[in-house]
Amino acid sequence: MKNSILALLGSVAVASAVVPATAATLDDVKNRGTLRCGVNTGLPGFASQNDQGEWQGLDIDYCKAVAAAIFDGDASKVQYSPLSAVQRFPALQNNEVDLLARNTTWTMDRDTALGLNFVGVNYYDGQGFMVRRDLNVTSALQLSGATVCVQSGTTTELNLTDYFRANNMDFNPVVIESQDSVNTAYEQGRCDVLTTDASGLYASRLEMSNPDEHIVLPEIISKEPLGPVVRQGDEQWFDLVKWVHFGLINAEELGVTQENVEDMAANSENPDIRRLLGADDNFGEDIGLTNQWMVHVIKAVGNYGEIFDRNVGPDTPLKIQRGQNALWTKGGLQYAPPVR
Amino acid sequence: MEEQVAFYVARGQEPSLPPPRSEVGLPATLRKNLFATPLDSVITVALGLFAAWAAWNLIEWGLLRAVFTGADREACLLPGGGEIGACWAFVNAKLGQFIYGRYPLDERWRVDLAFLLLVLLTIPLAIPRAPYKRLNALLLGIAFPVVALVLLTGGEIGVSGGWVAFLFTLAAFVSAAFAGGSSGARPALLKAAMGLAAVSLLVLLIAAAIRSGRFDLLGFEFSTLSLLAFLLALASVAASLFAGRTGGESSAGAGRVLMPPLVTAVLVAALSVDFGLQPVPTNLWGGLLVTLVVALTGIAASLPLGILLALGRRSHLPAVRLFSIIFIEFWRGVPLITVLFMSAFMIPLFLPDGVSFNQLLRALIGVAIFSAAYMAEVIRGGLQAIPKGQYEGAQALGLSYWQMMRLVIMPQAIKLVIPGIVNTFIGLFKDTSLVYIIGLADLLGTVRRGFSDPNWITPSTAATGLIFAAFVYWLFCFGMSRYSMFMERRLETGHKR
Repeated sequence: MKNSILALLGSVAVASAVVPATAATLDDVKNRGTLRCGVNTGLPGFASQNDQGEWQGLDIDYCKAVAAAIFDGDASKVQYSPLSAVQRFPALQNNEVDLLARNTTWTMDRDTALGLNFVGVNYYDGQGFMVRRDLNVTSALQLSGATVCVQSGTTTELNLTDYFRANNMDFNPVVIESQDSVNTAYEQGRCDVLTTDASGLYASRLEMSNPDEHIVLPEIISKEPLGPVVRQGDEQWFDLVKWVHFGLINAEELGVTQENVEDMAANSENPDIRRLLGADDNFGEDIGLTNQWMVHVIKAVGNYGEIFDRNVGPDTPLKIQRGQNALWTKGGLQYAPPVR
Repeated sequence: MEEQVAFYVARGQEPSLPPPRSEVGLPATLRKNLFATPLDSVITVALGLFAAWAAWNLIEWGLLRAVFTGADREACLLPGGGEIGACWAFVNAKLGQFIYGRYPLDERWRVDLAFLLLVLLTIPLAIPRAPYKRLNALLLGIAFPVVALVLLTGGEIGVSGGWVAFLFTLAAFVSAAFAGGSSGARPALLKAAMGLAAVSLLVLLIAAAIRSGRFDLLGFEFSTLSLLAFLLALASVAASLFAGRTGGESSAGAGRVLMPPLVTAVLVAALSVDFGLQPVPTNLWGGLLVTLVVALTGIAASLPLGILLALGRRSHLPAVRLFSIIFIEFWRGVPLITVLFMSAFMIPLFLPDGVSFNQLLRALIGVAIFSAAYMAEVIRGGLQAIPKGQYEGAQALGLSYWQMMRLVIMPQAIKLVIPGIVNTFIGLFKDTSLVYIIGLADLLGTVRRGFSDPNWITPSTAATGLIFAAFVYWLFCFGMSRYSMFMERRLETGHKR
């Protein structure tokens, strides 16, 4: 979306590369002893390196979760491949990575024509608005007549026009070539509103000289469901990654945390928890793992809520609210089929 | 009328008068160079003010308002908001990554050691008066790459039989070239050596395309075809040896012919022996380490390849000339970024399923080939400046083609184009930052990755990181430039302007 030429190049490279995946990715991973995970080269909160050079972020924790499920709790057995936007699909297609956890938007084209399988949505992103706090605006519907800074030639620009037209509001677009310049223009006061994907807004806010002066409005006006991706053609591997994702969400729903997971595994009477943590039935063995697979995962990275809070939540510099990423029981969209 | 006679006759050289006061000293220099005319004065004052303003801003931003220590972004933020100067604390916290990438902390001494070896071997080579130049060059050119490779990767790279055969084939070519260089070599045997090596290369190409039976030999996994290629390469070396030996100079010539395969054997052994070093895969390398590895490999590979291509382009053999022209024009005609893209995306498509090819190695080969094409044209410029008489003189002395090139033409040609060569090196050094595009973390890439650490995002993080990276690049490029100027002045013999 951000860079159409590169994206075009990438899709050409991918289109010429649609080959059936080699089956039995799980066996390959077990034999190799490491999970090869394609990640972003750097996106605050999703994939970045800390001062010790260790990868951290929401996407990174998904790599660790899958590794922990396979290698009995050893989340360090991951080989990270930082990939640019153009590289990511060829790398997955060419079997250079086993799993792509790189804030990739789930679209029909990618899911079908490119021969990929999206395992789920680990972050519901979408276009949002940022304004100065002292404007006293609490909803995007109050933005009529505002000056909006937006990057040119992106779907962001189209979404913006559609949204204002649909709500019978006027706006003055300030269209700028690069996202960095858009941020600068907003910071210098050339416009009242900054718009891009919400996760990007939170990151841009950190670059403002006083982040607390700016707020991200609750409205999300487009769908950018980001999720981990695997190759088409290996159903076992697809199921495994999918259920690690669902397991993380179910764990949050059931109140299983990094702290209480061992206690729960041993003592819980709740049948949902007993099935999730392998006390009853053989769900782990059915997907080629041990029955304690989810215990290992939760012990390594925590449940979905803990992953979210640790990497992007209110206690991190990014301070992202759960919003659409809250559980379905709390008004959000995160929902997982039951382990049964 | 009586003739006027001059009564003053100078008996010797009169002492020269001191220059007028208005022509010497600081005030005179200033007046002549900066304030000669009113326009000059205006320009001087305007530019002086601009320079002072720029310098002051830089000092204020980089030193006075800068933050030097701190554990995270809070240190580089003013409590109530507002701009702060450079956030050197960010560079400080990430310095290890900027230099080594994600190279494991406990193993970083290996990188240090490799770098130290490089410096220790380069400095005496760069100082004209230091002794043992030949030994030094051999150590730097042959021993150092192997030692550095083992140190950096941890050694014990699973070298397959195909690679062993390929390396020996290359060695066979070099041996044949050496044998051809010695006078009085037997042409028939030489041709046989070259032919065998060429057939070996051909067999290897076929071996890469089709699978044939596999078996182990000396711990290497050969396929039938790659083993055949290996044996052919050995036969080629033997032919070269006999071709050289029947000539007059026996022992020295044989030593020279035997050296390439021996070096290859040592290389293969060094890469296969377990030194007890923890393996560090290249995807953990990063920062200045990757920049230097890519740049030095490119520099080291481009000069010899470029010389060969330049000679090939001026050769009278049509096939050689055509190949060189196509090679040079093709690689010069595409942007480096395209080469890197192709190496990253297209090569995996052509490889058989399951065969992967190290990402860094792909980039290294791409950069080396690309810079070799440029280097070839620089060298060719030097070759064209050598007058025909030099060639004729060398031929009249009875020198062979290679002797003529080695002893007469190349030393003169290369000296002429030192600025062009160093220009290419400097361009190459800076172009290494393009590997960022294909996901490798060179110095600039690592610095930019640092920007996405949420613990360090501040308004001044990006500017600080980029200025730091720019300064490091400048240091290296300026160093190369100064050394080249020194070499030019030293080698200047008769062309001085």
